[in-house]
Amino acid sequence: MASLKELKGRINSVKSTQKITKAKQMVAAAKLRKAQASAEAARPYATRLAEVVGSLAGRVLVGESSPRLLAGTGKSQVHLLVVANSDRGLCGAFNANIVKAAKLKAHELLAEGKTVLFYLVGRKGRAPIRRDFPKAVLGMFDTTQVREPGFTEAEAITNELLALFEAGKFDVAHLIYGKFKSALVQEPTVQQIVPVPTPKVAVSDGAVVEYEPDEETILAELLPRYLRTQLFGALLENVASEQGASMTAMDNATRNAGELIKKLTIQYNRSRQAAITTELVEIIAGAEAL
Amino acid sequence: MPLHFELVTPARLVLSEDVHLVVVPGTEGEFGVLEGHAPFTATVKDGVIRVWRSAGGSAEEIPVKGGFAEVSAKGLTVLAEHVG
Repeated sequence: MASLKELKGRINSVKSTQKITKAKQMVAAAKLRKAQASAEAARPYATRLAEVVGSLAGRVLVGESSPRLLAGTGKSQVHLLVVANSDRGLCGAFNANIVKAAKLKAHELLAEGKTVLFYLVGRKGRAPIRRDFPKAVLGMFDTTQVREPGFTEAEAITNELLALFEAGKFDVAHLIYGKFKSALVQEPTVQQIVPVPTPKVAVSDGAVVEYEPDEETILAELLPRYLRTQLFGALLENVASEQGASMTAMDNATRNAGELIKKLTIQYNRSRQAAITTELVEIIAGAEAL
Repeated sequence: MPLHFELVTPARLVLSEDVHLVVVPGTEGEFGVLEGHAPFTATVKDGVIRVWRSAGGSAEEIPVKGGFAEVSAKGLTVLAEHVG
C-alpha cells in the first residue's frame, strides 16, 4: 500500500490538475459565447450573398462559357479535401472526429478510383493525416499566428485555393469542418465547395432586374466571394465547435479529478487511521507487558 | 417613404436604416439610389459610398472595398468585404 506521503503527493497533484481543467473550462465557456456571437453576426452577409448568387445562377445557363468555378473543369478526377482543424488540443475528440471524417471521405473517393489531395487548415490535423497519406498533402495554412481565425484568414485560404484551382491542381474540392450544433454536439461535416454548388432559392417576385455589368460578369466576380464567405463561415463554426468541445471535455475532466480526489482522500484517511491504531495497539501491548 | 439601406460585411451588419439617397460607385459609373428604384444589381468598385439621411442634409461617406449592390423592392443592400 502507498505510504501516507505518497498519497498526499498524489492528492495534491490531482488537485492542481483539477485547477487547470477548471480554468480551461471557464475560458472555453467565455470564448464560446464570443464565437457564437460572431457566428451570428456573420449570418446576414452569408444569407444575402447566397440569395444573390442563387438567383443569378438560376438565370445563367451553365455551359461552356460559364465561369469554371460554377461549371467545374469537366472532370472529377482529382479531389481536394480542405480539412479545417483547430490549433490547440484539450478539446476532447473534436479534432480526431474531423480527421476521422476526412479519412472516411478520402477512402471513399480512393475506392472510386479518384485521386485525393489534402489542404490542411490548423495545426491539429497535420500529424494524423500526414501519417496516413504522406504524399497527398498539397498545402497547409497556418492559423497559429492569429488568436481567432477571421475573414482575413478565410480570404487568404480562398485565394490560395483559387490559385491551385486555376493551376489545374484539382477538379473538385470538399470542405471538412466541425459544425456547431451545441456545446455538447459538434458534427464533422463534409461539404462540396468547388465547383460551387448553387444555393437553392426561389426566384422571388420575378421582377425584371437590371444588371450592370451583365449577369455572367457579376456571377464570375461573386463566385470567389461566395467561396470566401463559405470558408469564413466554416472557420467560425469551427472555432465555436472547438470551444464547445473543449468546455465539455474540461467539464468531464474536472469532475473526474474531483472523484479521484475523493477516492484518494478516503484512502489517505484510512491509512492514517490504520497507522494510528497500530501505534496505539503497540503502546497498550507494551504497557500491559510491564 | 424613405429608402431602406443596408450595408453588410462578412463580420457584421454595419448599417441598416432608412435614408433618403445613397450614391454608390458602381463598376460602370456612379449611381444614386432613391426610394422606388427599379430592381438592379451591380458590382461596386473600391471607393466611397455616400449616404444622405435626409434631403438637403450633408452626406456621410463610407469607404468600401470588394462590394456588390443590389436594389430590390425591399431597398438597397450593399455587400462589402471591407468597410472603413
